[in-house]
Amino acid sequence: MTVLTLRALEKHYGSIKAVDHVDLQLESGEFMAILGPSGSGKSTLMRLVAGLEPPTSGDIIVDGQSVVNVPPQHRNVAMVFQSFALYPHMTVRDNILFPLVSRKVPKQEHEARLQKATSMLGVENLLDRRPSRLSGGQQQRVALARALVRDPELFVFDEPLSALDAQIRSRARAELRELHDQTRITTLYVTHDQVEAMGLADRVAVINEGRLHQVGTPQELYNDPADLFVAGFIGNPPMNLIPLDETMVAGLRPEHMLVDPEEDVPDLLIDLAVTIEHIEYLGSEWLAHGQARAVTSNGQQLHVIARLPASAHPGLVSGQECRMVGQRKDVCLFDRASGKRQVQAEVPA
Amino acid sequence: MLRKIGFYCGIGFLTLFSIVPLLWALITVFKRNSDMYSVGTVPFFYNEPPTLEHVVFLFTESNFGLFLQNSAIVGIFVVLITMVLSIPAAFSLARLTGSWGERSGMAIFLVYLIPPSLLFIPMYQIVVWLGIANTIWSLVIVLPTITVPFCTWLLLGFFRSVPRSLDEAAMLDGCGQFTTFYRVLLPQVWPGVGACAVFAFSLSLGNYIYAATFITRSAARTLSAGVPTELIRGDVFFWPELMAATLVVAIPLAIVYGLFFNYLVGGFKNAT
Repeated sequence: MTVLTLRALEKHYGSIKAVDHVDLQLESGEFMAILGPSGSGKSTLMRLVAGLEPPTSGDIIVDGQSVVNVPPQHRNVAMVFQSFALYPHMTVRDNILFPLVSRKVPKQEHEARLQKATSMLGVENLLDRRPSRLSGGQQQRVALARALVRDPELFVFDEPLSALDAQIRSRARAELRELHDQTRITTLYVTHDQVEAMGLADRVAVINEGRLHQVGTPQELYNDPADLFVAGFIGNPPMNLIPLDETMVAGLRPEHMLVDPEEDVPDLLIDLAVTIEHIEYLGSEWLAHGQARAVTSNGQQLHVIARLPASAHPGLVSGQECRMVGQRKDVCLFDRASGKRQVQAEVPA
Repeated sequence: MLRKIGFYCGIGFLTLFSIVPLLWALITVFKRNSDMYSVGTVPFFYNEPPTLEHVVFLFTESNFGLFLQNSAIVGIFVVLITMVLSIPAAFSLARLTGSWGERSGMAIFLVYLIPPSLLFIPMYQIVVWLGIANTIWSLVIVLPTITVPFCTWLLLGFFRSVPRSLDEAAMLDGCGQFTTFYRVLLPQVWPGVGACAVFAFSLSLGNYIYAATFITRSAARTLSAGVPTELIRGDVFFWPELMAATLVVAIPLAIVYGLFFNYLVGGFKNAT
């Protein structure tokens, strides 16, 4: 069942298109991440869904009903803010109960619902504290409990982990996913952090300059990027983008870039003479950064990265010359002008 | 070490500098007339035993009690009117009007800077026209023209310092515009409201020009105009009574200002 449908959604600020013709569907129970760099329009998109901003045109449909003209207090959308937005003058208990009080949920239900939400998030022992006396992680849990307490149709998260310390972020990420698996509440999760998006979400929508570039599972985004933007954005480090000719760009993941292959590799599409710039040791792997000696047609230097397993010491040093190759089967091809992905068969051998 | 000594010497000097007039006033209140006017004695000591006669005179044989009462009534009404008008005005300008609302804060503040010594003539016309000249209600109506712009400007800063995500969270939690304002925003700005109340009250207390020109009947006068006219008769200054009248008002006000000082300063910082 589809819980949320966005249809040709647009939001303009003057001549700037913050959200540009977005079509998107969320199925019931799905965890979808909206991933994009800062200023890509992902936050605006989320505010449109929550009802905090009116769209310029297009439609937002929740459970089969258009909610474009419904004010936020009558949409059953719960949001967790980046700053958590806990009410400073209320105790944790009053913060969590606030949505029930203002939605006039019968009083006798309050205690049971409070119990359920707080035990799920492990904040039962904080109920009488003020938000200012909580750590960042505790504030986040209270914000989640407040969002959860009223059984929302749709959860909207605005970078809820970015205000947390790096140490507890990965723990919080895991808890967030466990919480979702328990509740199965349809979730829209906005982030600029691809580790969060890829690690948490069932599907990821990549957005840039207001336009959706690709919607798919993390595996699809990684293995089959739909265009040059996604190819250059997903993955850390992202795909090597190597111009083949006037019309084609080849994309090759750093782990598929072979350095100085000993035996003959069949069906090569990429074969570069590279000068190593530096070697990076990351514990589980090596990254070899290099500069291709061939320059691109517009005269720019071509920077390439190869990822090597930690087990094999690459035996490379800065300034060393080497050969980096990529097989046809590992390469994604993109049209240079439109940035769109090309099907392999169209490529001249 | 030397710096520390210098620092505390400076502090001590400034404290003494500001407290000596108050102390002198306090000493004068309980002085006998003969002690006060005797030439050649140090004015800071009692050369004759202190007396309460001036305080008794102030409360029994002048209209001072009435002045106090009038000032209190005027002050309370001015504060109420100011709050009722400036809290919603500041909220609306901070949240409901887009960007020009916030910027209009300075324009509002400029209104406050028009001197009452220019305004009292047209204001008097209005007061006469309303039929409230010579009553304390003239002040209740006119003084908010000074306090409302100032307090709106001050509160605008307080509202502006509340993160918008709080309003948005409240709306998503099921609040309409009014409940968002009342249940979530207003509690964040209570310190500002308190600071404004103190300010409006002390301003209504201290205003002289309106108080002196709108009201000529002694029994209807407030402290600011009543005390100097009642206790300076011709060229006779009732010094101990004047000092007592001043201190009765100044000391409680100073204490309240002290309590709200941080909020006031914080408010000025937010507003600019």
